[in-house]
Amino acid sequence: MTSIVTRRELVLAAIIVAMALLIGLRTPVFLTLNNILFVVTDTSVLIMMALAQMTVILTRGIDLSVAANLALTGMLVALLSHAHPGLPIPIIMLVAMAIGGGLGLVNGLLVAGLGIPPIVVTLGTMSIYRGAIFVVAGGAWLTSKDMTDAFLAFPKAEFAGLSSLTLVAAAVTIGFFVLMTLTRTGRNLYAVGGNPVAARYCGVSLPKLQVLVYTLTGTISGLAGYLWVARFGIAYADIAAGYELTVIASCVIGGVSIAGGIGSVPGTVLGALFLGVVANALPLINVSPFWQMAISGAVILAAVIVNTRSEWRPRKLILREARRAAAGGQK
Amino acid sequence: MSASEPMADLPLPHSPAPEAPPPQSGPNQPTSNQSARYTVLDRKPFRLVDLLLAWETILVLLLVAVIGINTWISPYFLDVFNLSDATSNFSEKAIVALAMALLILVGEIDLSVAAIIALSSLIMGLASVAGVGTFGLIVIGLSVGAFAGAFNGYLVTAIGLPSIVVTIGTMSLFRGIAQVVLGDQAITKYPEGLQTLGQTTLLAVPPLPNSFYIFVVLAVVAGLVLHRTTAGRRLYAIGNNPVAARFSGIRVERIRFTLFVLSGLASGLAAVLLTGRIGSTRPNIALGWELEVVTMVVLGGVSISGGSGTIPGVVLAVFVLGLTTFGMSLVNVPGIVINVLLGLLLISAIAVPLVVRGILRGLGR
Amino acid sequence: MSITPDVQPGGGEYADPILRLSGVSKRFPGVRALEGMRLDLYAGHTTALVGENGAGKSTLVKILTGIYTPDTGTLVVAGKECEIHSPRDAWADGITAIHQEPVMFDDLSVAENIFMGHMPVTRRGLIDWTTLVGRTNELLHRIEADFSAKTPLKRLGVAQKHMVEIARALSHDARIVIMDEPTAALSAREIDDLFRIIADLKSQGRAILFISHKFDEIFRVADRWTCLRDGHHVGEGLISETTEDDLVKLMVGRSIDQVFPKRHVVIGEPVLQVEGLSNATEYADISFTLHRGEILGFYGLVGAGRSEAMQGLMGISPPTQGTIRINAKRAAIFAPADAIDAGIAYVPEDRQIQGAVTPLGIRENMSLASLGKIAGKGGFVDTHKELARTRDLGAKLAVKAAHWDQKLMELSGGNQQKVVIAKWLATKPQILILDEPTKGIDIGSKAAVHAIMADLAAEGLGIILISSELPEVMGMSDRVVVMAEGRIARVFDRAGATPEKIVSIATGGSA
Repeated sequence: MTSIVTRRELVLAAIIVAMALLIGLRTPVFLTLNNILFVVTDTSVLIMMALAQMTVILTRGIDLSVAANLALTGMLVALLSHAHPGLPIPIIMLVAMAIGGGLGLVNGLLVAGLGIPPIVVTLGTMSIYRGAIFVVAGGAWLTSKDMTDAFLAFPKAEFAGLSSLTLVAAAVTIGFFVLMTLTRTGRNLYAVGGNPVAARYCGVSLPKLQVLVYTLTGTISGLAGYLWVARFGIAYADIAAGYELTVIASCVIGGVSIAGGIGSVPGTVLGALFLGVVANALPLINVSPFWQMAISGAVILAAVIVNTRSEWRPRKLILREARRAAAGGQK
Repeated sequence: MSASEPMADLPLPHSPAPEAPPPQSGPNQPTSNQSARYTVLDRKPFRLVDLLLAWETILVLLLVAVIGINTWISPYFLDVFNLSDATSNFSEKAIVALAMALLILVGEIDLSVAAIIALSSLIMGLASVAGVGTFGLIVIGLSVGAFAGAFNGYLVTAIGLPSIVVTIGTMSLFRGIAQVVLGDQAITKYPEGLQTLGQTTLLAVPPLPNSFYIFVVLAVVAGLVLHRTTAGRRLYAIGNNPVAARFSGIRVERIRFTLFVLSGLASGLAAVLLTGRIGSTRPNIALGWELEVVTMVVLGGVSISGGSGTIPGVVLAVFVLGLTTFGMSLVNVPGIVINVLLGLLLISAIAVPLVVRGILRGLGR
Repeated sequence: MSITPDVQPGGGEYADPILRLSGVSKRFPGVRALEGMRLDLYAGHTTALVGENGAGKSTLVKILTGIYTPDTGTLVVAGKECEIHSPRDAWADGITAIHQEPVMFDDLSVAENIFMGHMPVTRRGLIDWTTLVGRTNELLHRIEADFSAKTPLKRLGVAQKHMVEIARALSHDARIVIMDEPTAALSAREIDDLFRIIADLKSQGRAILFISHKFDEIFRVADRWTCLRDGHHVGEGLISETTEDDLVKLMVGRSIDQVFPKRHVVIGEPVLQVEGLSNATEYADISFTLHRGEILGFYGLVGAGRSEAMQGLMGISPPTQGTIRINAKRAAIFAPADAIDAGIAYVPEDRQIQGAVTPLGIRENMSLASLGKIAGKGGFVDTHKELARTRDLGAKLAVKAAHWDQKLMELSGGNQQKVVIAKWLATKPQILILDEPTKGIDIGSKAAVHAIMADLAAEGLGIILISSELPEVMGMSDRVVVMAEGRIARVFDRAGATPEKIVSIATGGSA
């Protein structure tokens, strides 16, 4: 309904482009097509995870268990592939999505069925899923030697010059865009987050949507789990530790309101790309990668300040001159 | 009653006059002189059920169970020196949990506490390398914590940002700074005085670490302030209804700001004790503590949405979690697996009463 | 069953009701909200549902719209028995409602707001935007709205948002339209527009259930009435055959005379002098003087800036200009705490949000604004002092409760309001501002609040009474200040005030 990209998304896109150009001035290699494609590939998992997290935050929730889910699912499919080397990759991916979705469903049922605050539920499941990795693998690490060639090959495959990771992320992005803008479910998500009581009066059921978004987020985390483990060729209990905060940061930078009801697919993708560009640029301009964390912290703060300003609603204008001034200001 | 009879000409009541109005929450009978016949009790009448269903009771039972199981699975659990070891492992977190409890009680949260510990420890380390003595280091550690907390508080109260996002941001920022400065190095040069503070005990019997005594004193102070003073009343009012609290003349933003500073200060204190205890500063110091601290507070019965919870509850939860962790480690369960248990404990402690209440309500129908 | 009206309102004959609800009971833990309730609605007629606050009107509406499921009872719509478990079921049976609470999604468009929960979809399951926008614009045209389907809701004003609510109710093409306090936030002209729409709906043969506290509206718009008291059906009939007095008698179960306990009090020295109070957007140049023993009424339309000006005075949103003098001494007020220290107390309009801390007990609520007065050494609460004071104030205001630690959310609205007033009396104010103090409380508590006001004025307090109820303002006040568009339009003394003059000035006239 509303235009596809808003002004604040254009501004964010402009900032990313300007940043890339500045880096390119110092290090021209940054702006080569290959490098740009690499940055996108490198950010693909973050984009998918951030889009899923966005749907949760829209309902005034939060999912802190996504990185633990990713790591656990990654380990499980690595073990599966190790035990059954003949399994085709599409099956592995479906299994990953099913496992991840199941783990997400647990969150959804606890949140929707028992009404436990999402932050508490996902804090708990985060610990449980992380610990479970150690339990299922008996504390072992799986490296590329324990994985089949086919298992490892998919993330590195290219189709028409684009990496499979990019293509998967693109498909997920399109899927989310359709979901959020063209389906009733998507619009209902904005409604329950924006005004839960009113949504209930309109027959929009919050619990059903909660189960849906946590399961969806789990499914994407599961898929990301396979992609992550296969791409880096390693699975152990601590992979992607703390990644949930990077995912949430992408959403916040992309304009998703933590209070629910506000957020868009293009904004969230841009938020993830912003962090991706920063992460990839630092080594190229000879800045220690240790800076990445501090920069992302500062950017989160800057983004949330900007967001709050734009969400700020003016007080009602009772005085005639105040209304006139406001009307004049808009023109 | 026959609803299909023709309409009466006069607006007479069709049904008999209602019985006595429903208790309490029903509408009042409109009488103008209602005071004389009415007695209001000073306190809520005591009911055993209320006591048995109190959150603290559940925690006491849990604690007894934990101690029982630990004693059963490991003969070393009740050993005095082992218990001393156990308490030193959770006392620093517990100190932060006290401040976090007050913050969550007013409906805010501080996820940057562990990062503040890292930042405080880093600055202390740099100062120590530059030759600052023990007392100076303590002052520095506490001040850095307080300043970091004030930064959070400023962003939340003066600019009006949601605390969860602000402190996710400052969490990255503060720890990021520690990472930038330290890289993959560590600072290990600390004066002996600091290590003494972190590693020895004030009293010979029982030989519990200083950090534990500090925690006990702070817990008593926090409990008195929250449950016995006007300041505590203000916190509960803000947590339950910040708008009404503000309209009642409570300086809501000032109190919130103070609590963020307090949370930073507690983190600074934890940094001093932790740095002294382990004698080094690495960029990953106290990594992930924020979630353990929040778990302590939530298991302690403090509502994550603010307004309810007690200090005794938090203290009990500290012991439940601390002794569970310690008992497991005695029988060589790896830390990460203990996390599974803690996660289950957190969720089931909240879920089980909800389920039981739901079943009871179902039976009551 | 025919949908066209086969009788004219006021006539004696009625066809079968299009909706018949019977034997409906609904209990909540500890409360019987409805007991054996019944209700008939007729095609082409407006039925007013009358009853005090807490009588069960809202529960009934929520049952009809599927928000609550009743414990017992049957519902027959157009001769068919139905069960309603969700808003969708209600729509399917042809029932739609304008709820008392705003049903608004600020970040969505007008079209999405109107069709939320039942947006048209294409065969592929995607939203059919063309149909959606087309149907929305049709609806907007029908109610003569001046905005379009794609406008984001947050750009609309209060009255326009209300039109969206009406359009949503019409979007279902329902046989039965429920309107729960639809005029609460509307100006006189907007109310006229709404009544035109109601007439239009009636002429199309739809049944309307109209809920309002304002008897003038009920007598203007309704054909029939049904009365509720304490969750029971206590009567029904034709509007043309009843009077306001009869309805009030039925609602409260006895006859009450709307006599205001205003006493003659000698007006004392000025206690509060306000000059040129202004802020940039909400009020300008507010100047008035309040004397000891005086009740100064403030009347105006909703949105005239009365509450905003008083909140400025209270330091909640500090004014940008103006001076405040208390007992002829200039007061510096930047926060509510300053105002309390200066002797001002403000009982806010929105009890649930601004007044009461409902999860806390009576004692704690009463102490909230005067914690300093019960603090002993080191800030510890002197519980004996506190309990004694709670008992005194509780008795003075006739608060009904089981014990003083009872949570406010377990009390009726009237008792909550008494606790909030007690909280402010505990600050020992010289100036008491009451902002719509009797809004949404039962008639008994209302009389109690009026009596307390009269007592306090007699004790020498200066009282400011903001009220949108004309009889209340005129009955209780020594002088009436009328505000319009953020400014004081006229001040009437008790003798010179007539309802006609006051309303005319408040609506921007110059009578």
